Amino acid sequence: MNLQTLNVALADDDEDDRFLFKEAIDEIKIQTKLSIFTNGQELMDYLSLPNVILPQVVFLDLNMPVKNGMQCLREIRKNSALDSMSVAIYSTSSSEKDIEDTFVYGANIYINKPNSFTKLKVAIERVLQINWQYNTSNLNKDNFLLRI
Amino acid sequence: MKLNVKYDYSTICKIVLQEQLTSLSVPYRLHGHGEIEFERPLNEDQKNKLRTSLAFYGIEIIEDQKSALVHRIKETINNMMHHHEKARNYKVSSYLSETLNYSYVYLSNVFSEVTYSSIENYVILKKIDHAKSLIISNNCTLTEIAYQLNYSSVAHLSYQFKKTTGLTPSAFQKIIQKRRANDSHN
Repeated sequence: MNLQTLNVALADDDEDDRFLFKEAIDEIKIQTKLSIFTNGQELMDYLSLPNVILPQVVFLDLNMPVKNGMQCLREIRKNSALDSMSVAIYSTSSSEKDIEDTFVYGANIYINKPNSFTKLKVAIERVLQINWQYNTSNLNKDNFLLRI
Repeated sequence: MKLNVKYDYSTICKIVLQEQLTSLSVPYRLHGHGEIEFERPLNEDQKNKLRTSLAFYGIEIIEDQKSALVHRIKETINNMMHHHEKARNYKVSSYLSETLNYSYVYLSNVFSEVTYSSIENYVILKKIDHAKSLIISNNCTLTEIAYQLNYSSVAHLSYQFKKTTGLTPSAFQKIIQKRRANDSHN
């Protein structure tokens, strides 16, 4: 038996980055269903649909038009209906301030966009594995912080 | 005003299970590690009733045998961590195979098959999770935490903390403190 399919969402305005992410997540052995959005507003609209199946983890780019990653993060963390969802920031920014701010506002994971496809696969797989353990074990989700 | 509380999942779960099982009025024994033994098999009706009443507390009956075994492996590890005398005197592998009565090779294969991750990784994740609560509670130094969690040195604990979370213990503590300060302003 394998674990059930994981629902994952990605919001990123860069077409190439979305393409690479999709390729990478399809190649790892964990089964996933990926929903893709091109800006933060699209993602937030989707999350507020009635009867939506919430993703276990959402990957957010920081710099996006219409609604950026930080705004999404803050809206997500203000909405207790979305508590079960882990938020992974997926950004090119390696500024210590960005990293700390997103964690303080409730992000669980911060990933610097890796510069190779192999590293991207490794990073996504690690996030999904650890996130799955947090969802199925007695681990304290309030203390779930991971930087890659 | 805000208070932070610390709770023990296994005590809460045990009490909830006892309440629900007693109301079923079927003789049972709780074995710990999430295993319940009934003297007589339950009929479908009783099982459904139990399933519904437990679902209210977010407790699920695991039908799949391999997932159930993975769950028992995790509970056994959790239990071991809470009794550090055990952790000091046993290796995880021998403790698991003695407690669960399967060879370690079998246990570790089932675990990897179901979780895509290894028992060793889970042990590290669990230890670091425990270290996090202790760091946040602010009552102990890293040296004390390293000793409690059976690390050979503070350096080893810090190294594994950084490797597992990507953050140093002090950066982690700072973020959680800021997050709490932030929450109480809103």
